[in-house]
Amino acid sequence: MTPAKHVRGVEDLGKDGILEILELSNHFLEVSNRRIPKVPALRGKTVANLFFEDSTRTRLSFEKAAKRLSADVMNFSVSSSSVKKGESLRDTVETISAMGVEAIVVRHKSVGVPWILTQWTDASIINAGDGAHEHPTQSLADCYTITQQLGSIAGKRIVIVGDIKHSRVARSNVKAFSALGASVALVAPPTLLPPSIENWPVDIIPDLDVAIKEADVMYLLRMQLERQEESLVPSLREYTNLYGLTFDRSKKLQKSALVMHPGPMNRGVEISGNVPNLPNAVITNQVGNGVIVRMAVLYHILGSGIALAGLSSEDEDND
Amino acid sequence: MAIDEDGLTPHVRGVFVSRSEVMDADDVRRALWRMAHEILEHNQGVSDVALIGLQTGGVPLARKLAANLAEIEGSNIPVGYLDVAFYRDDIGLRPVSPREPTEIPFDLSAKTVVLVDDVLFTGRTIRAALDAVTDFGRPASVQLAVMVDRGHRELPIRPDFVGKNIPTRRDELVDVREDSVQIGEYKESDQ
Repeated sequence: MTPAKHVRGVEDLGKDGILEILELSNHFLEVSNRRIPKVPALRGKTVANLFFEDSTRTRLSFEKAAKRLSADVMNFSVSSSSVKKGESLRDTVETISAMGVEAIVVRHKSVGVPWILTQWTDASIINAGDGAHEHPTQSLADCYTITQQLGSIAGKRIVIVGDIKHSRVARSNVKAFSALGASVALVAPPTLLPPSIENWPVDIIPDLDVAIKEADVMYLLRMQLERQEESLVPSLREYTNLYGLTFDRSKKLQKSALVMHPGPMNRGVEISGNVPNLPNAVITNQVGNGVIVRMAVLYHILGSGIALAGLSSEDEDND
Repeated sequence: MAIDEDGLTPHVRGVFVSRSEVMDADDVRRALWRMAHEILEHNQGVSDVALIGLQTGGVPLARKLAANLAEIEGSNIPVGYLDVAFYRDDIGLRPVSPREPTEIPFDLSAKTVVLVDDVLFTGRTIRAALDAVTDFGRPASVQLAVMVDRGHRELPIRPDFVGKNIPTRRDELVDVREDSVQIGEYKESDQ
């Protein structure tokens, strides 16, 4: 397949692209286990991290991924930038792009920012989260983690529980998991399901105690209280009773079922304090794999030879 | 495969069409037997020798050489596999994807590392391999064994152990298999 120019959403990769990233990730996993876990593949390329929203693991893992590929990294965070002086998004991006960058990793609270950026810069855009819309690289890390643990995603039952409405991780994961042939079920209070839900390729199961028995993967989401503009659940305690993976409830999981969480976790709310330590909880694997798949994404985009293939970014957009 | 070594951006990949067989199964077997002896002679034994086959064409040759060395000397020597994709100098100029896993399950430090590949052409793959090897340790020395040296070097690299020197045109292709070596060319396909 032709390599993608941007990874703004899961659709930029499609099934073939996701599989190619997962395959590439195997090679970068090996690189990461070397004595010197670094290759010269992207020497001379610059990756700018443009984070308008807080992030720990995503920003750090993009930085680490780029450095392991020998790319140069420019970090930008709003609190220490001219955005504070009133500079617009467009001016900020044009300024960064004028310094010469090959890829911009962007996180922004507004949906669609990665798409609009492609009109203002020639750099490849990688979405590190746009509002409640998409977070494709988290999804790739999750796909890689599941593939590592269960052999493949096709045919698996993946149950996603929690604040679906505000979750970009859920949106990207529903697309990626179903593209790879999993059947996805969502469990959430009706107030935390998005209005567009009937178009999603998912089953809705109201009762977690029913869904938990059929799960090959139990994927928990954080209550995004900072995005909830009104009271959507009566109380967190009631939420935990009905939708949290408590230690007692975790005993109903199939023996081989994975417990996943994209982080940051609110222990005691959606996941009980000791559940992340269960043998089948692969939450720290997800973080480690985050670096690996981001190496694969950066290499897929910047090492692809797309410049010589005679493809302009315009051609690429029409794919 | 020799296709790896062309260095010339075959963006539209074709099909290899053989024109003539330059080594048959016996020739390949004898060459590998002789090369094993040369490696032994050159290094006065195999106590510190390790083989690294370059993915993908060098891997079966490295395995076979290791088996020959074990048969001659009665001791097993470590064999690793290296994919040099991330060290190539044409990343970004053409699609460069790793083919098969790198696997070097031993420490290279103070070892005599013999890189094994099927075809030596421009030398750029070996340049990349030299960089990669130093990321795994500091070998005492690095040597190079190839089944076919076809000329057209673009870098100051020469092999220590050669199965056969075969003069070629730049646009020809050399296909090394375990039971034969063929010279031919690409025929464009519509794939």
